[in-house]
Amino acid sequence: MRQNKTLKIIGVILLLGLFIYYAQNNLDSYKIRILNLCAINIILTLSLNLTNGFCGMFSLGTAGFMAIGAYTSAILTMPPEVKQMNFFMSPMNQHLMNLNAPFIVALIMAGLLAALVGFLIGAPVLKLKGDYLAIATLGFGEIIGVVFTNTQTITNGALGLKGIPQYTNLYWGFSLAVLTILSLMTLLNSSYGRAFKAIREDETAAQAMGINLFYHKSLAFAISAFLAGVGGALMANLLSTIDPTMFKFTYTYQILLMVVLGGMGSITGSIMSATIMTIMMEALRAVESTIDLGFVTIPGIPGMRMVIFSIILIAVVLFLKNGIMGENELTFETLEKAIQRFQSKKGRENHEPTRG
Amino acid sequence: MTFELFVQHLVNGISLGSLYALIAIGYTMVYGIIRLINFAHGDIITLAAYFVFFGVGLFAMPWWLAAILSIILTAITGIIIEKAAYKPLRSKNAPRISLLISAIGVSFFIENVSTVVFGGRPKSFYSPEIFKGVIKAGGISIPNLSVIIPIVTAVLLIALVYLVNKTVTGMSMRACSNDMDTAKLMGIDVDRVISLTFCIGSALAAIGGIMWGLKYPQIHPLIGVMPGLKCFIAAVVGGIGNIPGAVVGGMLLGLGEILLVAFLPGLSGYRDAFAFIILILILLFRPTGILGEKIAEKV
Repeated sequence: MRQNKTLKIIGVILLLGLFIYYAQNNLDSYKIRILNLCAINIILTLSLNLTNGFCGMFSLGTAGFMAIGAYTSAILTMPPEVKQMNFFMSPMNQHLMNLNAPFIVALIMAGLLAALVGFLIGAPVLKLKGDYLAIATLGFGEIIGVVFTNTQTITNGALGLKGIPQYTNLYWGFSLAVLTILSLMTLLNSSYGRAFKAIREDETAAQAMGINLFYHKSLAFAISAFLAGVGGALMANLLSTIDPTMFKFTYTYQILLMVVLGGMGSITGSIMSATIMTIMMEALRAVESTIDLGFVTIPGIPGMRMVIFSIILIAVVLFLKNGIMGENELTFETLEKAIQRFQSKKGRENHEPTRG
Repeated sequence: MTFELFVQHLVNGISLGSLYALIAIGYTMVYGIIRLINFAHGDIITLAAYFVFFGVGLFAMPWWLAAILSIILTAITGIIIEKAAYKPLRSKNAPRISLLISAIGVSFFIENVSTVVFGGRPKSFYSPEIFKGVIKAGGISIPNLSVIIPIVTAVLLIALVYLVNKTVTGMSMRACSNDMDTAKLMGIDVDRVISLTFCIGSALAAIGGIMWGLKYPQIHPLIGVMPGLKCFIAAVVGGIGNIPGAVVGGMLLGLGEILLVAFLPGLSGYRDAFAFIILILILLFRPTGILGEKIAEKV
């Protein structure tokens, strides 16, 4: 049975690989960019879901960790000449100037640095619960923005960095997304995952059962920060331009919407909602441009997209409490059962007229 | 630093602090009753400032009329937010996290709608003559506004403390804050009390927002976000659910911010980070805030 499942997973990954190969070679750059954003948002949504959904810690620091990852990767991958051009206001720190590393090293460093900061922040803050934790982490995200605006010699301040090499492609994005999904699935099925869920349900009871609260909470927080850092790094090397205002709390809210929509505590739910929302975010650009229906022209309203998003967020919380998946996962078994049910229903419908 | 300069910074700090205090009271009142961070509180500030802007600019109202209308409108907005986004969840007994997400959603919604409706470009806020003057005493010159803001805050604070402690309405508010179920059994109309709390809190935020616009006369759709976050911190620092605590917290934050910039000008870029560092320190060492719940009555 287990072997069977592994085979199926490998099959799905192979199919995805074929699709990616096709997409990278045949689709136009706009569509490739959207797919890349899908992969990045899957990573970010899973990162936020790990703390908020699986571990019950309501954190809003994603944008801050993304910023750390994005700047780390940008500084490591930019060649010295480009850095020279960026830092025309005041020269860059000499040690950072000559720093250069391949993309894979930059990605790992981005994740590790974000995780380190996550651990340092998490250690004092994780004693807090619920809304206090939310405000403290949100505040932390804002502080990162303030710090990056002020560290002129490292981050070029408010001017941001331009000309970051565009290393991110579909292979990088989706292989990292798949790696994230697989490792999170393994983690959550292990004793660690059960400990996380126990903490989510009842901290006191979990502690009474001998679960080390501090260790598990900081671990979850650091892993989440690591993933957000990697997501930020992929983002920086996709967009090639970053500045501190990009990583504001509004981005965290978007990711939060994806987590809530997919279901807090469901990996497959997060994957689905991240994909759907990313594609929708682009599709909704239609709302912002003028629509010509032939007999009447509807003027486009810039900014309308985000209004629709915030309405979706409120509506999901009010009417669809558990999101798409709740805490359930879409597994091969549930899929097979659904198909069987569908087929038997279809079969019955076909038979019914003859019976009468 | 000369003595005159120090006094000047001190006055600035008190004026900023009382502005923070005014907004923090709204947070603390709502939290005291339904145990929710009203994330949309900061955006109420934005709305109030824009209502005045459009009242004066678009409808050519006299300034005071625009201000009064703006306060009424924002108070109504506060009630609508509660009825539309929080009450359905409360009656379903949803977990607190859902309420928090709903609050974030409302805040996000108001921010985006303001960007669409009001436009993202900053607008300059109209400021009538009385607020523009400067009082000169010795070597110290103080803008009128820096005197007016603390006075307004003090008057409103006294009125509020009277309302909460001496009237029947205040008694029902205190009862709801203590134990909502028992209050319901005693015949208190809990929904009315909650609506009233949102109404008062939003009205105070509106007054704060208008004065914020007078103090920093450039308004844009995200103008309320930072004061909103900082005032929540002020409420936590003072002891959330506690009205005098909100004032203490607001003053501490306002004075701290101004004096930090005054004494260490090199750190002025980090001004916005100051409040969050205070928050983390307070939560670590005195999680119940300076005036913890037991000392003063909470609302």
